[in-house]
Amino acid sequence: MGQDTQAPLSFDEGRALEIIGGLAHLEGAMLPILHALQDAFGHIDARMVPLVASALNVSRADAHGAVSFYHDFRDAPAGRHVLRICRAESCQSMGCERLVEHLRHTHRLTPGETTADGALTLENVYCLGQCALSPAALVDGEPVGRLDEKRLDALLGQLKGARA
Amino acid sequence: MSARIFVPADSSALAVGAEAVARAIAKEARARGLAVEIVRNGSRGMVWLEPLVEVETPQGRIGYGQVSAGDAPALFDAGFLQGGEHPARLGKVEDLDWMARQQRLTFARCGVIDPLSLEDYRAHGGFDGLKRALAMAPAEVVEEVVDSGLRGRGGAGFPTGIKWRTVAGAEADRKYVVCNADEGDSGTFADRMLMEGDPFTLIEGMTIAGLATGATKGFVYIRSEYPHAFRAMQRAIDAARAGGWLGADVAGSGRAFDMEARLGAGAYVCGEETSLLESLEGRRGQVRAKPPLPAVQGLFGKPTVINNVLSLASVPWILAHGAKAYADFGMGRSRGTQPFQIAGNVKRGGLVELAFGVTIRELVEDFGGGTASGRKLRAVQVGGPLGAYFPEALLDTPLDYEAMLAAKGMLGHGGLVAFDDSVDLAKQARFAMQFCAIESCGKCTPCRIGSTRGVEVIDKIVAGVARDKNRELLLDLCDAMTDGSLCALGGLTPMPVLSALTHFSEDFERKAPARQAAEQVRP
Ligand SMILES: Cc1cc2nc3c(=O)[nH]c(=O)nc-3n(C[C@H](O)[C@H](O)[C@H](O)COP(=O)(O)O)c2cc1C
Ligand code: SF4
Ligand code: FES
Ligand code: FES
Repeated sequence: MGQDTQAPLSFDEGRALEIIGGLAHLEGAMLPILHALQDAFGHIDARMVPLVASALNVSRADAHGAVSFYHDFRDAPAGRHVLRICRAESCQSMGCERLVEHLRHTHRLTPGETTADGALTLENVYCLGQCALSPAALVDGEPVGRLDEKRLDALLGQLKGARA
Repeated sequence: MSARIFVPADSSALAVGAEAVARAIAKEARARGLAVEIVRNGSRGMVWLEPLVEVETPQGRIGYGQVSAGDAPALFDAGFLQGGEHPARLGKVEDLDWMARQQRLTFARCGVIDPLSLEDYRAHGGFDGLKRALAMAPAEVVEEVVDSGLRGRGGAGFPTGIKWRTVAGAEADRKYVVCNADEGDSGTFADRMLMEGDPFTLIEGMTIAGLATGATKGFVYIRSEYPHAFRAMQRAIDAARAGGWLGADVAGSGRAFDMEARLGAGAYVCGEETSLLESLEGRRGQVRAKPPLPAVQGLFGKPTVINNVLSLASVPWILAHGAKAYADFGMGRSRGTQPFQIAGNVKRGGLVELAFGVTIRELVEDFGGGTASGRKLRAVQVGGPLGAYFPEALLDTPLDYEAMLAAKGMLGHGGLVAFDDSVDLAKQARFAMQFCAIESCGKCTPCRIGSTRGVEVIDKIVAGVARDKNRELLLDLCDAMTDGSLCALGGLTPMPVLSALTHFSEDFERKAPARQAAEQVRP
């Protein structure tokens, strides 16, 4: 993975092994383990992959293949808050593209990027099942609907407040 | 006796402040020394009215729409616990036009009961289907589902009972029931709403599928964009197991069935059944070639029933009321009811369960109330990102599997997304190609490369570069994707593109933006 194996681990290996060991008995344990690791550490470090592979008796390549296939798994931690804005058709019909432009211009936020201070990650998502309340988003896992510029500004203000 | 108040915990209600409303009502009741019981129900499907608070009164359940936390004191002042008058008061919920005009079979309990109360579930007919199934031979249960005419609600419309027959007939030491709750289609949320509002119905349906086919283990694969539905299913599964409805001895029958909820990881293609199975097994969600069918060699190589949430959730009603009662609804070869989802640019978005045969217009205009923006309605996309865009002239097309195909569209999972006249269908066509490029599993060239080419070609057409030639190229590309893709992601992406080209060709023929600007500066 091009990573220096001498570098100190950014995660607690004992805890990772404990998480992996606690779920390895499941049928099809790969995704539950990857979700649990990401929940605990905020991302899937490349050096967790061999641990998962050996616990599940699959090759490192297969384990890496699984991690890299899914949009959800990150190889680096996200910001302290994550705003996932829906860009799918129903939200398009209610102006989500205008909101994305607003985030870009007024808040200097670009989908797929984290702010320099590590406070917020903005991500695209394609449908949240809130299409009767478009435009919609998930803020740290909680749904918000009927968004407009004002509500977005207020939400971002709250997130900033929460961190102060 | 304390008053019963219903404040939905459905994630749509939460998305517009239901949590704060529940807290404000509880606080206000405490301050006034009133005993109240706050039930966190699912949604009635009238999403535009959320948060929709209901109060149980001797006259029935009285609704108050779009309630905000700040309304709590005024609601108490108005005597809402007795159904008192208030600007937000809607009257008896069951009598509202939206509710009264539906044929709610699968969603009969959704929004009515406490989703996690087994007692409430049973009091509303829950487990009647399972009890009848337990008294029948497995093959009879399968035939009941065949006779009901139920077809898969996940998109392909394959007869559910026929699929079950194959699994029932397969010899194996282990079989599975997999519920496809990946619901990736934009404009759809029925699976989510059911899992959040009446999860025991899905558990009951999966258990019946297990008993009918000899499968003993079930998985519900839920997309990760649905954290609330995932938690609701997990809790419901635990409660059902604790209540003796799941496990080694289902309802004292001596027969085993148990299940788990699993979380997807953000891949649209994992809604495709073989990709979903790969994902459940812990691999990349790449589509498998068929045959073998999942019914013969599915999860971990074992015979597997894989069905959509709505297909499985329709089964308890069918078993409880009989195949014929179900088949009496519908038209042609589309029997029963479909939970339609009205979304996008509409005044009243939400879920409407009706017999097949209702028209697009009835849903978008009568139920939906026309556009939210107040502008002219221009297009309705039916059936998710792979579905066609319908123009005004085709809005009277009835929603049934065959009629939609005849109109070069598809019903898909029953979602309708309305667009007003500010929509640019060339942009929508481009998005269809782009979405396919983002979500392609990478196995086939026409899908993986063709979709990226499609974006470029549409860009050229819009830019006014060799329009005729590029239009031909786009049509060829669509042919190649339709014919050369392994699954419907690549295979059906041409559907929205071609519908846009056919019905909204003017959007591809506009003056190119650069030239238009150049002309504008000229006097
Ligand atoms: C790209 C793609 C995405 C799909 N997404 C879903 C989905 O989210 N939910 C679903 O039930 N079926 C989905 N399907 C259809 C499934 O492959 C399959 O037909 C369905 O799960 C069978 O269940 P049913 O017969 O009950 O509909 C998708 C198919 C394709 C090609
Ligand atoms: S059509 Fe696309 S998504 Fe489907 S199998 Fe081929 S590459 Fe994968
Ligand atoms: S399209 Fe945005 S929530 Fe469904
Ligand atoms: S590459 Fe073989 S079917 Fe597409």
